[in-house]
Amino acid sequence: MNNPTEYLPRSYHTRVSTYWWLARWASVKFILREASSVFVAWIVVVTLLQIRALTRGPADYAELQNSLRSPLLLTLNAVSLAFVIFHAVTWFNLAPKAMVIRLRGKRLSSLAIAAPNYVAWVVISAAIAWILLRG
Amino acid sequence: MANRITLEVTRYNPAHDEKPRPDTYEVPLRKEWVVLDALNYIKDHLDGSLSFRWSCRMGVCGSCGMMVNGVPKLTCATFLSDYAPGPVRVEPMSHFPVLRDLVVDTSDFLVKLAKSKPWIIRKVEKPLDEEYFQTPEQMDAYKQFSMCINCMLCYAACPVYGLDSLFSGPAAIALAQRYNLDSRDQGASDRLDILSHHEGIWGCTFVGECTQVCPKNVDPAAAIQQYKLTATMEWLKALVLPRGAE
Amino acid sequence: MLFSAGGVVSAMLMPIHVLLFGLAFPLGWVDAPSYEHLLALVRHPLTRVYLFILCSLALFHWAHRFRFTLYDGLQIKHLNELINTFCYGGATLGTAVAAYLLWRIP
Repeated sequence: MNNPTEYLPRSYHTRVSTYWWLARWASVKFILREASSVFVAWIVVVTLLQIRALTRGPADYAELQNSLRSPLLLTLNAVSLAFVIFHAVTWFNLAPKAMVIRLRGKRLSSLAIAAPNYVAWVVISAAIAWILLRG
Repeated sequence: MANRITLEVTRYNPAHDEKPRPDTYEVPLRKEWVVLDALNYIKDHLDGSLSFRWSCRMGVCGSCGMMVNGVPKLTCATFLSDYAPGPVRVEPMSHFPVLRDLVVDTSDFLVKLAKSKPWIIRKVEKPLDEEYFQTPEQMDAYKQFSMCINCMLCYAACPVYGLDSLFSGPAAIALAQRYNLDSRDQGASDRLDILSHHEGIWGCTFVGECTQVCPKNVDPAAAIQQYKLTATMEWLKALVLPRGAE
Repeated sequence: MLFSAGGVVSAMLMPIHVLLFGLAFPLGWVDAPSYEHLLALVRHPLTRVYLFILCSLALFHWAHRFRFTLYDGLQIKHLNELINTFCYGGATLGTAVAAYLLWRIP
């Protein structure tokens, strides 16, 4: 009802503040979940830097390793780890909502769909760690 | 338990108020009272000019949605004693224009609901003396989404709707999905054309607040994500089989 | 679609990558793999494909999510051409860089 009439002069439209998400913990968590994507992008940058250093030779690679030991980068990467895990957990927990799988007439519970994701996560992580560490 | 509680209720009279402002009222605190009872007490005994919507007072009509301490609630299903000692802030539902006091303009939702075509669409009608049979499993597929009472609490909770009033919104999409999943319906492609665009299902960022506030456990967030999955599958199918395989 | 693929890929693979390369190796919790071992690994075509998919999908996941965060969080939807260019353009650029670097491994 955007046209005022004789008996209802105007309706009031509340403007949503830029800080709407700070009002409730649930929305803060949502924004943090979305912000985790920034740290995902950061890790891609680190990975690309490592590939570049590997290409350039052992000296460059050692130098990059050194910078990764600096307090700044260690903190940044620790924070990134926290966010990336937060992303993984929220992702696996929400995935079952989109997938309706019926087994013999009954719908599979959220746990039944989330659990294999977690298992896959552990198995894949272990495999990658093994590939990297056995050399 | 004290026997009085204070309510801060938003008042707005467009004829002479610049913007909404709260008025304070003290009402009895009875253990079985809900917020709606308090509002009716105010209207009956303290200030007859207070305007608000309500009807069934038992959580099935969807009329009495309001913000109670910043959370979208059905006032007939929200116990006053849960907020003791108070004060309790009662405001009109967020994200809708305020017409007067606690009454909001819901016409936007009604337009969007109609766009979702929330009715059985048949491409091929059955003769009138033939029934549509449905097994319990088939009903189970859409039953949860059919519980929607159109109370719009999900719209009040959805930050995307708050920021972009062009967004179709949780209930409209959940109800579209309810019909898409109904075995008697043949209108899924019609609804897909309407909803699979930036302000339709793709506007949703899966915040999940809609599901949190829904009084009937409809889980609109799940409906929307399922719909996104369906829409993606349809898009892939169209890509791989352009002539369309029904 | 890229968003979901990117989401799954980042969820499954990023944590272990950050844990090892960001913390465990620099802090010496485990012995870091030698330069030769890493180079040998990265030369393998499968590793290159894996890294390319990881980087590219993760970047597009970021692009899509960050774009919506800017719309919703900061309400700057009116800058949407700028935002889209920054996000999707950035992801495309990153993908191109990844492809180039992975191609150029000796």
